[in-house]
Amino acid sequence: MIYNEKAECMSAPEKEELQLKRLQVVVKRAYENVPYYRQRLDDAGVSPEDIQTLKDIEKIPFTTKSDLRDAYPFGMFAVSTDDIVEIHTTSGTTGKPTVSGYTKKDLEIWGEVVARALSMAHATRKDIVQNCYGYGLFTGGLGVHYGGQKIGCTVIPISAGNTQRQIEVIQDFKSTIITCTPSYAMYLAEVLEREEIPKEDIKLKAGVFGAEMWTEEMRAEIERRLNVSALNIYGLTEIIGPGVAQECMEKSGLHIFDDHFYPEIVDPQSLETLPEGEKGELVLTTLTREGMPVLRFRTRDITALRRGECDCGRTHVKMDRITGRSDDMLKIRGVIVFPSQIERAILKIPGMEPHYQIIASRPHHLDELEVQVETSPALFSDEVKHVEEVRKSIEKHIHDEIGLRVNVTLVEPRSLPRSEGKAVRVIDKREF
Amino acid sequence: MNGFLIRGCGNMKLKQISVFLENRKGRLWKAMNVLSNAGVNIRALSIADTSEFGILRMIVPDPDMAKGILEENNFVVKVNEVIAVEVMDEPGGLDELLGVLNQADINVEYLYAFVEKKTDKAIVVIRTEDLDAGIETLEKGGISILKADDVNLL
Repeated sequence: MIYNEKAECMSAPEKEELQLKRLQVVVKRAYENVPYYRQRLDDAGVSPEDIQTLKDIEKIPFTTKSDLRDAYPFGMFAVSTDDIVEIHTTSGTTGKPTVSGYTKKDLEIWGEVVARALSMAHATRKDIVQNCYGYGLFTGGLGVHYGGQKIGCTVIPISAGNTQRQIEVIQDFKSTIITCTPSYAMYLAEVLEREEIPKEDIKLKAGVFGAEMWTEEMRAEIERRLNVSALNIYGLTEIIGPGVAQECMEKSGLHIFDDHFYPEIVDPQSLETLPEGEKGELVLTTLTREGMPVLRFRTRDITALRRGECDCGRTHVKMDRITGRSDDMLKIRGVIVFPSQIERAILKIPGMEPHYQIIASRPHHLDELEVQVETSPALFSDEVKHVEEVRKSIEKHIHDEIGLRVNVTLVEPRSLPRSEGKAVRVIDKREF
Repeated sequence: MNGFLIRGCGNMKLKQISVFLENRKGRLWKAMNVLSNAGVNIRALSIADTSEFGILRMIVPDPDMAKGILEENNFVVKVNEVIAVEVMDEPGGLDELLGVLNQADINVEYLYAFVEKKTDKAIVVIRTEDLDAGIETLEKGGISILKADDVNLL
């Protein structure tokens, strides 16, 4: 099930040689064709010839999301728009969208890395891939599409939303692989159960889930309810889209396709490069992109890298499941809180579903955290004291996990918003 | 109609349905509206409220049907058993009943009462911590426990 054995099982020295060669080329190309990079490198007193070893990458200044935004729309392109054959953008949820331009060769690379990713979910030309990532400017839909077709899978470009249609297609087309956000997978499982769709009508065997943060507890839940292997895919529009990294069936970290994307981990405050295995912010450099090379992009995603061969046989470096995002990160009374921690706490209670919303407020100059959780039949009782006990036990679990007292409010089932894309988990009402 | 009959317990126990109500405007109305549209006649009702949420408890002719309808409308519903006792609709009626339970050290979780239309009796719905012990004590104390069918005729 290894799509490109030569690339995916390359020895370390061979890979480092390839990475260095590609890094030198991409830095030179960026310097010569993108005024932004020429300026940044000149300001830092670095010339492309200074890249003599992989470690020399640390001389290059970081690229941030706001740098890309300032270059809106086409300021980061290293080729003429004549050679750009496709454009994608981010959703722009945190400001103006950032634009990514692809040449024909970039699309080839994209298809290749996603083909490697889907192959980790054991996709072959016999499989029917129900692709519920949104098609359009969002990279999710077309990225998976190109990868699936490269393998020769039957790709159903159903896109996001329209749950009834999704359920019909699962049953009628006998989809074997599903690709969507993990929260949408949970929602689909809920609808399949509610509508009592017979298990034998569902042929799904694997799911490739990404575009938002999730937890091991959620994986167990999805695997149990949808009866699939649930694998984590990672990517970002600024770099290419989905297909930067993907979990294999070992489910012990995501393989970064490091012959195309060079990863580093830095301390988000000091920006120092951290040693292997330490947790910090992931920084990525595109090694092969033509249309829009990106050097040392700060992803804001918190993870750690682990080298060495995986039991699956691949030598691609692995990154841990993302445990936080500096943007999503909440600071409550000085304590760092990630929504994923609250989710983990909630899922430790039997019968709880991961439908929750976090509301931060500052009523009397002091931060307060409210967690709204949907009630389920398993938790409910005719006695006030039992319901109170459940509520208090959720509060205790969250307290144990994050070290802060929170107020848990029980709400009615299906009353919290279910987004069909990224789930809205945090509402910050504080005014700073 | 045997909605009140509980298997294996004679028919000394009544089925009650409880509904979770979020502390939000219009939720009680919504529950009532759903039941009213389904033609459910509520025989008795009480609401336990806290600052955070409420629990609506009801005696209805067909609890399983009412549960189904409420669940279709996204309510969380639980069916459980309670005891219904007949007392005289006069001062001291409840005193005697609770005295019997108190002497036997039976803990009452909650109770609510409604007055019969056709007689001079009141019906008290009781949830004791241990239902079987509650029934036994009340029977020994000479208190008349209503059978499911009796309540059904009210």
